[in-house]
Amino acid sequence: MSRLIIEASTPLCLLQDAGRFGVRHLGVTQGGALDWVSMSWANWLLGNALDAPVVEITLGGFTVQAEDYCLLALAGADLGAYVDERAISPGRSFILQKGQRLRFTQPFNGARAYLAAPGGFDAPTVLGSCATVVREALGGVDGFGKALAEGGRLAYSGTGGAMKVLAKPELQSGASLDVIIGAQIGRFSGQSLFDAFNTEWALDSRADRMGMRLLGTPLHYQGPSLISEGIPLGAIQVPPDGQPIVLLNDRQTIGGYPRLGALTPLSLARLAQCLPGEKVRLAPVVQEAAHRQHIKFLQRFSQSL
Amino acid sequence: MKPCIEVVAIDCLMVRLFEVIAEANMPWMLAATQRLRAEFGAALVDLVPSYTTLMVHYDLTQLTPTQARELIDLALTDLQPLAQGSGQCHVLPVWYDLSVGPELTLLSRRSGLTVEDVIRRHSAHEYQVFALGFAPGFAFMGLVDEVLATPRLNTPRKRVAAGSVGIAERQTAAYPVVSPGGWNLIGRTPAKLFDRERDGYSLMQPGDTVRFEAVDHAEFIHLGGDDTPLEAQA
Repeated sequence: MSRLIIEASTPLCLLQDAGRFGVRHLGVTQGGALDWVSMSWANWLLGNALDAPVVEITLGGFTVQAEDYCLLALAGADLGAYVDERAISPGRSFILQKGQRLRFTQPFNGARAYLAAPGGFDAPTVLGSCATVVREALGGVDGFGKALAEGGRLAYSGTGGAMKVLAKPELQSGASLDVIIGAQIGRFSGQSLFDAFNTEWALDSRADRMGMRLLGTPLHYQGPSLISEGIPLGAIQVPPDGQPIVLLNDRQTIGGYPRLGALTPLSLARLAQCLPGEKVRLAPVVQEAAHRQHIKFLQRFSQSL
Repeated sequence: MKPCIEVVAIDCLMVRLFEVIAEANMPWMLAATQRLRAEFGAALVDLVPSYTTLMVHYDLTQLTPTQARELIDLALTDLQPLAQGSGQCHVLPVWYDLSVGPELTLLSRRSGLTVEDVIRRHSAHEYQVFALGFAPGFAFMGLVDEVLATPRLNTPRKRVAAGSVGIAERQTAAYPVVSPGGWNLIGRTPAKLFDRERDGYSLMQPGDTVRFEAVDHAEFIHLGGDDTPLEAQA
């Protein structure tokens, strides 16, 4: 077993995997890495299952020291990572010798970095996943939903494969987000439909793992009030103030606000790398086209060698 | 019943079965749940029921949207309502008391009933679990006697004790864990509503029925209840 001791952390540094499934009907949220693409690449670099437990580091402020020789991999945002005094860029695996420190300073490109270890970091499986959901006291290293904290430890038991580097570590962020049109979209005013897809939206600072608010021209829903129903990942709900909220991994499982549809998984990964204040545009797509694009994208993980 | 299927995400379809909340929906909802689980098998990721809808989340690496629609059509073909009683029936002991259910007074005033009658009405009915949501194991139950229907508090409480039993409009529920909440509180149950060690985790599942049974303070404590008054819990 190899271990890391956590010397600095924030409430935004969390152990994550793909999230909890098969329990949504019990009111249990999904959880899981917000940028699933970067999580997958971090794991891919070590030959792990793509959804093995990783550390999601949002914005920085995270430092670990190796208690033993450790093989690790980093993908996602450039959060100004250093191994001791040597800068290390995302998209590669690397070694921490005993006593060496890995620290994340501040965001230079993107918002979330993913740190992987051979076989995934050790954590108990709670309701089928070790995804940390603080609100529900589920997952994480202790199993009870605690964020990673100073003085805590991370361990892994797997053995590493070859050292890998991504030829073109891509971090897609912002710009255009694809919305699968659906749900109550037909009940918004014509002007609102035009505004939704033809104006810029600014990311509000009111953003967390439950949802991100988009600021712009208010959208007007004209349909009847809704009875609460299941909410999918990426749903864009529009509360009465007309400012849309993209619902993310830690969202509530059912809700009654009208929705325009839902972001595609690839767009969700891009959104996860956006910082407050960034501008995005929404682009309408149909479910079948988005599905084909997604399946094609997934092939990258098996083709990249 | 005329079900319709709506696109809601890349890998989710909403099956809309009804337009209004009614207890009579339940036998159909349960039947549809059973059939959908059977048709989708291992390709089903999650099936999220609510009052009038079932959201089908399938594995997009196994099914195309068209195939998923076909499976839903197949599942709903010749659907017959499940007989009543196919869900479990639970009896939840409740200590109805002002110290843990401060809105007993409000409900009494609004309804013109005595507090004792409010309790009697709430515990006389057998409720259906329409959906779970808000928090793990939080079951939305109904329908509460019209005379007890009361809107949510204008200002939600920052902290509602675990086990608190409340009413919002014609729904009733019990809080599985300490959380913020805006329901009108009328009592507290010692029942453990969500337990990660239990098979199935949640005491109540959609489609189950629930009856509340008034117990006195001694019985509440005997059953493991925490009688700390609401205001005293900082």
